[in-house]
Amino acid sequence: MMNNRGIADSRNGSAPGTSDDRDGPSPGLYVHVPFCKTKCPYCDFYSITSGTPAERWLGALAGEAALHRDIFGAFDTLYVGGGTPSLLNESETGRLFDILTGTFDCAAGSEITIEANPDDVTSRALAAWRELGVNRVSLGVQSFDDGVLRFLRRRHDAIRAQAALALLRETGFANIGIDLMYGFEGQSLDLWRRTLERALEYRPEHISCYQMTIERSTEFGAMLASGSLAAIDEETQRTFFMETSAILTGHGYIHYEVSNFAREEGLLSRHNRKYWSRLPYLGLGPSAHSFRDGKRWWNVRSVESYCDLLERGESPVDDSETLGDDEIALETLALGFRTRDGAALETLRRYQGWERTLKTLVDGGLVTVADGRAAPTTSGLCVADRLAAAFAG
Amino acid sequence: MEQIRNFSIIAHIDHGKSTLADRFIQRAKLVEDRDFHNQMLDTMDIERERGITIKSQTVCLPYTNKAGEEFILNLIDTPGHVDFSYEVSRALASCEGVLLLVDATQGVQAQTLANLYAALEHNLAIIPVINKIDSPSADVEHTKEEIETELGLDADEAILASGKTGAGMEEILEAITRDVPPPSGDSAKPLSALVFDAKYDPFRGAIISCRIFDGTLRTGDTIRLMSLGTTHRVEEVGVFRIAREKRKEIHAGEVGYVIAGIKTVSDTRIGDTITLEDNPVTAPLPGFREVKPVVFSSVYPMEAEDFDSLSDSLERYKLNDASLIYQKDSSQALGQGFRCGFLGLLHLEIFQERLEREFAQSIIMTAPSVEYRFILKNGETLTIDNPQNYPDPMAIEGTTEPYIKATILMPDRYMGAVMKLCLDKRGENSHFSYPVPGRIELVFELPLAEVVFDFYDKLKSVTQGYGSFDYELIDYRPSDLVKLDILVNGDKVDALAIIVHKDRAHARAASVCEKLRKEIPRHLFKIAIQGAIGGKIVSRSTVAPFRKDVTAKCYGGDITRKRKLLEKQAKGKKKMRSVGQVMIPQSAFVAVLKTDDE
Repeated sequence: MMNNRGIADSRNGSAPGTSDDRDGPSPGLYVHVPFCKTKCPYCDFYSITSGTPAERWLGALAGEAALHRDIFGAFDTLYVGGGTPSLLNESETGRLFDILTGTFDCAAGSEITIEANPDDVTSRALAAWRELGVNRVSLGVQSFDDGVLRFLRRRHDAIRAQAALALLRETGFANIGIDLMYGFEGQSLDLWRRTLERALEYRPEHISCYQMTIERSTEFGAMLASGSLAAIDEETQRTFFMETSAILTGHGYIHYEVSNFAREEGLLSRHNRKYWSRLPYLGLGPSAHSFRDGKRWWNVRSVESYCDLLERGESPVDDSETLGDDEIALETLALGFRTRDGAALETLRRYQGWERTLKTLVDGGLVTVADGRAAPTTSGLCVADRLAAAFAG
Repeated sequence: MEQIRNFSIIAHIDHGKSTLADRFIQRAKLVEDRDFHNQMLDTMDIERERGITIKSQTVCLPYTNKAGEEFILNLIDTPGHVDFSYEVSRALASCEGVLLLVDATQGVQAQTLANLYAALEHNLAIIPVINKIDSPSADVEHTKEEIETELGLDADEAILASGKTGAGMEEILEAITRDVPPPSGDSAKPLSALVFDAKYDPFRGAIISCRIFDGTLRTGDTIRLMSLGTTHRVEEVGVFRIAREKRKEIHAGEVGYVIAGIKTVSDTRIGDTITLEDNPVTAPLPGFREVKPVVFSSVYPMEAEDFDSLSDSLERYKLNDASLIYQKDSSQALGQGFRCGFLGLLHLEIFQERLEREFAQSIIMTAPSVEYRFILKNGETLTIDNPQNYPDPMAIEGTTEPYIKATILMPDRYMGAVMKLCLDKRGENSHFSYPVPGRIELVFELPLAEVVFDFYDKLKSVTQGYGSFDYELIDYRPSDLVKLDILVNGDKVDALAIIVHKDRAHARAASVCEKLRKEIPRHLFKIAIQGAIGGKIVSRSTVAPFRKDVTAKCYGGDITRKRKLLEKQAKGKKKMRSVGQVMIPQSAFVAVLKTDDE
C-alpha cells in the first residue's frame, strides 16, 4: 500500500530530467505548507501559528490541484516548502502526497525535497518520508551555535541539529541540504567559520548560506526601524560573503548561486534552478507563485481566504502578470547574474552600450566572458543585484 | 476720457496683489461666480502654483462711484519679480496711478520700495493700501509708521483693506476715481501707442497690449512698430474684459489690444511705439530699450535623440516669450543642445519648469553663468557666457565681470549675518541706513555671478524670511577669473566647468568635488572626481563602489518583486546622463554652483 504512494516510481511519466539539463522542459511542482509552531523574527515567508487546521488546508489543496490537472506536463521536481512542512504528521503528509500523485504525473527519477526543522526529524518521520519517495531533505539548521540559535529564536539547539543530521544519514538519505544563516550583529567571522566547519563534517550534498536580509515586515525589521537592531556595514557583509565562498569552494563545493553550494555537479538543487532558469513551475498553497509561458500568477497570502475560495469552487489566485519582451529580458538577466551561468551575450545585446558596460564589468573583475555567456565571478555574485541594472535602463 | 482711470497694483511678492485684483473682477461681475477662480489674472499653472505673476494682464473694470458717475477702470497687472522690472516699467508708463500695496503682517519690503521709486519716476498718483488687515498677525500701526518713514507717504491716506474678506474695496475704487488723474491725450492727433505686453495666440499670432497716448487705432489701419520699422494691417482692436472684447476703434487714454497679423511675440518689442504708417508721429514714446539677458545656461535633452523634439519645443516656447534667447550649442559630454539667455534666475527656473511640464521635455540644464568680458593681449575684447568658450589663459590680458547694486531691507538684528553673507559673496562698497528704528537698509555692490544662484535663498535663510532684496546692474569691473574644470574618472566634463574668482577657486573646487560626490550615485566601480585649474588638479573626491549588494534569497515568490525594483532603478537612470561609463544625474549639473556647505 505505502509503496504505491511513492512518487519517484509512480506513473509512466516522461524521461527523467537530469540536474544539469538546463533547458529541460519539465516543470517543477511546489507546495507551500503554511504552518509554523512559532514565527522566526527574520522570516517573511507566509505562515500561521494557529487557526486553520491542516486538514482543511489539505482539502483546499486538493481542490487547487484539481484546477491544474492536465495543464502542466510531467513534473520532475517536487518541493515541499513552507512554513514548516515537517510539522505535518504522517497521515497529513501521506494525504498530501496522495493528492499530488493522484492529480499529477511525476517523472521517474524526480527530485523530491521536503524542508524540515531539526526538532521534527524523528526516525518515524524519516521512514514515512522515504516511503513516500522523498529523496532530498533540506534541513533548517541555521547555525551550530546555541547563542545564535537563541538570537534567531529557533526551536532547536546545536546538539539537536547534529542529531538530526546523524539520523538522516543513518536512515539512508543520500541527498541532504543544510540551510545556514550568517551576517548579523555580534556574530564574529570566527563564530561563522566554526558553524561552516561543523556543517562540513557531515559532507552535506548541498549547503545554502543565507546572509541576513532584514525584511521590513518582520520582527527584526521593526527592531531595525526602532534602533534596537543594528545593520551590518557593507564592507563586513562583503567579507563574510567572500569568506563563505572561499571556505566552501576550498572544500570542493560548487558556488552555483548567490547563496547556494553543491558538493558535486549532480547535486545542484534541480527544483530551485527552475526558478532561476525561468522554467515552468506550479506552486500550490497560499502565497505560492506559479510560472508558465511568460505568465506568472500567485495565490492569496492567507490560509483562511485560500480555503474559503477553494471551498466555494473559486480560484485562489490573487493576481497575475504576463511578461513582455523587455520584462523577460530583464528577468533573464537579473536571475542569470545570480548564478554561475550568468547571461547569454545574446540577451545583453538588446541593451544600449552593452559592450562598453560588459568591458567595465570584466575589467572590474565582476564578470568573465566565455562560450557566449557573461558569468559573474564571486565578486560579481556579491553585487549581483547591480549587474543587471548596469545593463538595463 | 474724463471717465477713464488707468492704474496698476504694485507690491512686494506675496503681499496680496492677485487676490486684490480678484476682488475687483468679482465686484465688477466680469465673470459668473461659478467661473470664478483665484488668481484670475494669472493664467499659467506655474503662476498660480508659485503665487507669482509672470506675464502682464489687463482688465477693464466698469465702476459707478458714489456720486453715480460711471467710470472705466483699466487695471494693468504687472509681473512681481525683479527679473521682469523692464516689463513693469512699461506697464507703469501706461498708467496714471498705482495702488501701492503693503502687507500689514510684513510691512514695507525691498520691492515695495523699488516699486515706489519706479512709480515716482513716472509721476504716478500713489494710493497706499494696507492689505491683510484681517490677519491675526497684522500690525497696522507699525505698517503705517513704515509707510510714513520709509516711503515718505502720508499714512493717514492709506486705505485699510483685505483682499481676502473684501474689506476696503469700495474705498479703494472711490480713491482711484478721485485721486488718479484721468488720462490726457488727443484722439485727433497722430497715433502713438505704447506696447507694454504681447501674448501669443495660436490662431491670431501676437496679441499686443497697448496704451494709446494720442490718436485713434482702428481696424483696417496700417500700423508701424517704430523700433522695428515693420508695418502691419490691423485685423482687430478691442479691450480686455477677462476675455477680449472687440471694438471698432480705441482712443487716446484707453488701454486695449491690437491684432495685426504679427506672427509671434518675437516680432514685437515691449516698450515700442505703435504709430500709423500714413500719418506717423515724429518721435517714439520715451523709455524704450532692448531687453538683454543676464543669465545664461545650456539646455540638453536627457536622451541625445530627443534633440529635434527639444528644438521644436524651444521654438514654440519662444512664440510667447520674446525675452528668451537661444542658439545651438554642443558639448563633448552632453552632445547637441542650446545655449539660452534669461532675464534672471526666476526666468530661468520658469523656463525649465514649463519646458518639463508643458512641453514634456526631459532636460539637463548646466550651472547658470553671467556674461564675462575678456580683454585679450591682442587688444580684442571677448564676451563669454559659457565656460566652454573660455579663452586660452596665455592670451588673456584682463578679465571683467558684471556688478550689481543690491538693496537689502531687514530687521537690524540680522545685520551681522547679512554683512557676512555679502562679504562672502565678494561684496564691496557697502553703506547702510536706518529708515526706521529697528530696520536697516543695506546697500552692497556685488558681482552678479555671486548673486545669480542661491543668494536670495541664503538671504531668506539667514534673515528667517525677514530680509528682502532688490538689485540693478551697474557696471563691469576687473576681476581675477579662472576656469574650473571638472574631471570624472579622468575625463574632462565640459558641461560641469564653471568660471570662478581666483581667490575662491581652490575652495570652490573642493566644494564642487564634494557636492558631486554626493550627487553621483554609486556604481560598480570607483569614481574619481577631480577639480582642475589650468591643467593642475586642485581637488579630488571619490564615489565608493558597491561592495555588497545582493539579496540572499530569490525563489518563486521573489522574482516579480526583484524585476519591479530593477525597472524602478532603470527609470531612475533615465534621469541621468552617462558620461563615459558614469551616470551623472540631472541635478549634478546645477549643484556645482550651490554653495551651502562652504
